[in-house]
Amino acid sequence: MADRDQPRIVGTPFRRVDGVAKVTGRTRFADDLAFPRMVHLKLVRSHVPHANIKEIDTSAAERIDGVIHFVRGEDMPNTFGILPVSQDEHALAFEKVRFVGDAVLGVVALTEDAAEEATRAVKVDYEELDTIGSVEEALVTSTDKIHEYGDEGNIHKKVSMEFGDVESGFDDADLVLEDTIFYEGNTHLAMEQHAAVAVPEGDGKITVWSATQTPHYVHRALAKVLELPAAHIRVIACPNGGGFGGKSDPFNHEIVAAKAALQIGRPVKICLTREEVFYCHRGRHPVTMHVKTGFKKDGAIVSQHLKTALDGGAFGSYGVASTYYTGALQTVTYKVPRYRFDGLRAFTNKPPCGPKRGHGTPQPRFALEVHLDKAAHALGMDPADIRLNHLQPKNSVTANWLKIGSMGLEECLQKVIDGSGWRQRYGKLPEGHGLGIACSSYLCGAGLPIYWNHMPHTGVQIKLDRSGGVAVFCGEIEIGQGSDSVLAACVAEVLGIDLKDIRLCVGDTDLTPVDLGSYSSRVTLMMGNAALQAAERAKELIAEAVAERLQVPAGQLVFAERRVFDASDPERGMTFSEAVATAESKFGTLGTTGSYTPPRSPGRFRGAGVGPSPAYSYSACVIEVCVDRETGCYTVPKVWIAHDVGRSINPALVMGQVEGSIYKGLGEAMMAESALRRLPKKRSNALVHKFPSMLEYKSPTFLDMPEIVTYLVEDPDPNGPFGAKEVGQGPLLPVMPAVCNAIFDAVGVRIDQVPAHPQMILQALDDKARGGPGRYGPKRFPDVSWGEPLRVPTPDEGGDGKAINAEQVGVRGGTMKEDPEGVKS
Amino acid sequence: MSEHVTATYRVNSEGRTIAHPAHHTLLEVLREACGLTGTKHGCELGECGTCTVLIDGEPQLSCLVLAREVEGAAIDTVEGLEGRDLHPLQKTFADLGAAQCGYCTPGILMAAKALIERKPTPTRADVCEALSGNLCRCTGYIKIIEAVEWAAALCRGESGARPADASLYGVCKEKPHG
Amino acid sequence: MMRLPTFTYVGAKTLEDAVTALADDPEGTRLVAGGTDLWPNLKRRHQGARSVVGLRRVAGLRGITGDPAAGVTIGAMTTLTDILRCPMLRDGYPGFVRAVASISSPVLRNMGTLGGNLCLDTRCTYYNQNEEWRQSIGYCMKEVGDTCWVAPGSPRCWAVQASDSAPALCSLDAHVVLHSTAGERVIPIADLYNDDGIVYLTKSRTEILTEIRLGPAGARRSTYWKLRRRGSIDFPVLGVGVALELDGGTVSSAKIHLGAVHSFPVAATAAAAHLLGKSLTEDVIAEAAELAKDPASPLDNTDFTLQWRRRMVGSYVDGALRELAGLPPKATPSVHGEGALALEV
Ligand SMILES: Cc1cc2nc3c(=O)[nH]c(=O)nc-3n(C[C@H](O)[C@H](O)[C@H](O)COP(=O)(O)OP(=O)(O)OC[C@H]3O[C@@H](n4cnc5c(N)ncnc54)[C@H](O)[C@@H]3O)c2cc1C
Ligand code: SF4
Ligand code: FES
Ligand code: FES
Repeated sequence: MADRDQPRIVGTPFRRVDGVAKVTGRTRFADDLAFPRMVHLKLVRSHVPHANIKEIDTSAAERIDGVIHFVRGEDMPNTFGILPVSQDEHALAFEKVRFVGDAVLGVVALTEDAAEEATRAVKVDYEELDTIGSVEEALVTSTDKIHEYGDEGNIHKKVSMEFGDVESGFDDADLVLEDTIFYEGNTHLAMEQHAAVAVPEGDGKITVWSATQTPHYVHRALAKVLELPAAHIRVIACPNGGGFGGKSDPFNHEIVAAKAALQIGRPVKICLTREEVFYCHRGRHPVTMHVKTGFKKDGAIVSQHLKTALDGGAFGSYGVASTYYTGALQTVTYKVPRYRFDGLRAFTNKPPCGPKRGHGTPQPRFALEVHLDKAAHALGMDPADIRLNHLQPKNSVTANWLKIGSMGLEECLQKVIDGSGWRQRYGKLPEGHGLGIACSSYLCGAGLPIYWNHMPHTGVQIKLDRSGGVAVFCGEIEIGQGSDSVLAACVAEVLGIDLKDIRLCVGDTDLTPVDLGSYSSRVTLMMGNAALQAAERAKELIAEAVAERLQVPAGQLVFAERRVFDASDPERGMTFSEAVATAESKFGTLGTTGSYTPPRSPGRFRGAGVGPSPAYSYSACVIEVCVDRETGCYTVPKVWIAHDVGRSINPALVMGQVEGSIYKGLGEAMMAESALRRLPKKRSNALVHKFPSMLEYKSPTFLDMPEIVTYLVEDPDPNGPFGAKEVGQGPLLPVMPAVCNAIFDAVGVRIDQVPAHPQMILQALDDKARGGPGRYGPKRFPDVSWGEPLRVPTPDEGGDGKAINAEQVGVRGGTMKEDPEGVKS
Repeated sequence: MSEHVTATYRVNSEGRTIAHPAHHTLLEVLREACGLTGTKHGCELGECGTCTVLIDGEPQLSCLVLAREVEGAAIDTVEGLEGRDLHPLQKTFADLGAAQCGYCTPGILMAAKALIERKPTPTRADVCEALSGNLCRCTGYIKIIEAVEWAAALCRGESGARPADASLYGVCKEKPHG
Repeated sequence: MMRLPTFTYVGAKTLEDAVTALADDPEGTRLVAGGTDLWPNLKRRHQGARSVVGLRRVAGLRGITGDPAAGVTIGAMTTLTDILRCPMLRDGYPGFVRAVASISSPVLRNMGTLGGNLCLDTRCTYYNQNEEWRQSIGYCMKEVGDTCWVAPGSPRCWAVQASDSAPALCSLDAHVVLHSTAGERVIPIADLYNDDGIVYLTKSRTEILTEIRLGPAGARRSTYWKLRRRGSIDFPVLGVGVALELDGGTVSSAKIHLGAVHSFPVAATAAAAHLLGKSLTEDVIAEAAELAKDPASPLDNTDFTLQWRRRMVGSYVDGALRELAGLPPKATPSVHGEGALALEV
């Protein structure tokens, strides 16, 4: 362990291991692949939002030169989906379509040009159905249901849970505050459009290369829909040109490409257009929220009740988990002794929503942090203090039974308060200038897997031989976050070798141990631990053999500088390759494995599967804005952010993740939205994505980025490899509320919704000038009857983590029957 | 099948005579006919900058260039950037983590190369402006800006210390626009 | 990957080649200059072409001649970057150069030409979409549909004039030269535009725009204020081109043209007239700015809301006039092109 205390690689800003490939154009993304005899697939997509399919006429398309094959939905009757409880997608719709963009037919041609032309020649006859465009509509519409399953009508999922007696908490409060807040949906917009290539192996087996964050789940979906043994399907995840959650579902285009390849016996490639990527979506849910909190005079929360309504789009996707996530993490930053959460997700005829960076938590975090800012003002407190004085303690259990380990939020807050000059500047900047503060927390991977089982969440295999080279195998996927570098660094660190000595083989369901995927910020912590275990085991073997040969106690050997030597006499030792050869002579062919399964969480109630994590990262952020009262336009000149990452494996890459999170957060706060548009109902049934393009879906440019001051707070977490926690998602969360809180400081109006557009600020300013409250935001939360909540006594109340009324509440019909307990992450 | 043309292109200083569909863009010809897949695409409509290559030294969007219109012109792609060693831009991008997923990187490298050749000492505002037609969804741009500045210093022959070290752990950084 | 449709390509070497090819099949032929508007439109299939005539190799269409004292002529194939790199244009016609500096992004300015910019198709968020999307709304009047979705009762198309240089050049009274097999004609640039989102140019399809002529710069002050979401790439949601001459302390001539709030660069004539004979006080400017809102007809077919864009017309005209009067700004423009001007020196 001596060298682990003073790591040589971990903690340094080393060059990422995939860096050179990426700056030379050598990285092979999915669309860069080509195979002999490869042909091209395009999907015909529905142009109506909700309809029964009457007929698909391919006669004109068949006549187009180069068209060789059509793939039909009837050929793939099995459904799929990421969660076992919502297997509600068909690879190609053959009975009905549920949104504009739903795929109905695959066209294969010798060239992509011909395939594209042929999709336009296909005629689909539809019988149109009524459409549902919002949560409100879903709540009142019972005819023309989008799906046959769901908790009720067009409500996909409805949950209600109460931890402690929330109502009596409100009675004890000095101030009870209520807010209704809206968060518009938005999308990942990874620069790379999804692509996949399916290559038949000739013996009934098939390999699918894809831009996916979750090859393991693509593998499962392919086996199910193609009705092939999983062992005969190989999924290889190419490095993703950005993912952000948008490549975390198994997608229809991957399955159709595989089906086509099997049907015609040729490699089949598909690359989506940007518009099609907007249809795949799985982006941030639009969420309307109502939050009611009772505070003591000193700002302490006594009770909180949060309601969320998610507009889910046309399919389940991760939606059940997303719904729970809008309530799960509200308790991990500040003490919330009593907490009630009601959430629902509606089906609508829109592209399906799913997980985007922060999965389900940025929306309620926005609501909470804006709400706290208002509470601080109502109580005459500094918004920094209402946070600082009531932090959830480290090594504690929250009211909703989440186990908190390390917790560096206090230090994060101090850093940004000091760095931004908050105490001297807040509330005192010149007219139009303002500061806003907000905090957040995020998971380091979910405590339970999507498919409930006792197997590890990730595995790493190491193969070593006399060459001194070390090959590391893991199912993880490099999506830009730096997971390859973390994997290599963990192994190199333990074995005392160079990053250069390591060869990685990742994201290949045939060759690498299962890793569940690059989502929910799980990779560094989980894969890192598995890599450490595998490397420590390899080190042990080598040490035993070397100890024998050198006649030195194994515990006295040091692995460093590509050598293995005696700590007390460094001259006494051998090169790493000699050491491996020694071990190979003693033990035969060398290989070790490591795996990781998160610790069990204390919650024992239905829904307790969402929220637990081996560790939580924390962030605090101060943002400065400059608002023009004349136009409502505003800029963000500077951002201070502190992130508790536990321990940086590579601080340069950690900073990059923080900066990228700020970028995404500012986009969501200021401009990015996945708005849908209906045409006048009298004239048209259309319900379309307003701006499915790179130009009109606004993503900030180089000229829109502020100065960023980043502080990395390192409070190593015992559950993290080298103490490391996540960084990819957490730092995004405080950005949106900090912007809106800063707008308030600058011009005294509340924008209770994002994106906060200039016209909203002007409208709120006008309202204020007329003597109104000076607020822009949603007026009301939809009327929902939540029924009896699941009641779970809190740890403070002496609860045991179980619900006391599980029988009365029962199991709603909301999930598909397959595995009602299976929705965990 | 569509009409084909045979044309000679000068890509990374090498002449290539290629037959390709007459209506194909330079992007398609580079990726599909020349096998130079280093040049990426994100929209094919001029909206993202990912497909940027140099045509006679100027950054242009290969998705909006009809290939046959640039027959004879000097075309430079990311594959030509590296000589025996990495180009300074490649070194600094790799070292600072300015390429995360790396998908926007080839286009940004080409735009940056044109900038530092035309303006060896660009201001930070120049870097932001010159690259403002290239979107990156991963980095938040900061590391890219630092990498371009560092590479410019290296190209000027300055020893050029790694810039990001100074900004780690909360030491204030310079303003992107200042 | 989005692909171009097939077409016959004619690489013209001379102006005669080009006008002849156009005259052969005016309805089925399109010109391409930089291609930054034409190629996306063909890829999305809202424009079609049997043949495309490339102007890139036509001799004599690229370049800037003359000087601000006598007047300047700019060839239609001159790129936007060429214009930014021309010091005399900066000195003589700052409003025009600033408009060019605020167009799209540097990469696109390396490709786009001034002629293409002036002939840019009108834009609309119901129209600048892929074919599959447009099929979902049953298309619109600008194509094969019969409804304008922006104003469903309207008998006309309200697609937005989207060129930044057009309003600036209109305010500067520039002229354009049009060339066809029938010969050459010179018209004021404002006359190039039609009050219609579909037939947005008055020039016939057989005519090629060859030159842009700017008169002597004189003592005219000019500026251009552009409103858009981001610091780069975005089309204008409002453009304000202003040119003024002062005689002693009072305004002797004034032109204000508004871009992106109508199907053509609309003149704010009442606002401009209000300035004449007056000195540029805060009050006079504010009154003119209020008048300028009148001719603007923003509709819901760009980024942002139409109510806000209408309100911004006042703020931006006010801002542009204050700048020319040397008064401190009330509103700061979202982009002023300074970065581009600094980069392209
Ligand atoms: C992402 C993006 C952002 C953009 N942002 C802006 C912006 O902010 N402001 C702006 O003004 N523009 C913008 N543009 C539009 C375009 O890039 C510019 O207007 C450019 O100047 C067009 O010139 P071009 O040479 O590329 O035109 P082309 O595409 O070659 O031609 C445009 C049209 O003009 C016709 N044409 C071209 N030359 C002539 C001629 N000499 N005579 C007659 N007709 C001719 C063509 O037939 C075609 O119909 C943007 C484009 C994109 C893709
Ligand atoms: S303004 Fe109306 S007719 Fe014109 S493009 Fe837009 S929707 Fe179509
Ligand atoms: S691919 Fe997006 S600009 Fe060319
Ligand atoms: S590094 Fe991923 S888009 Fe730039």
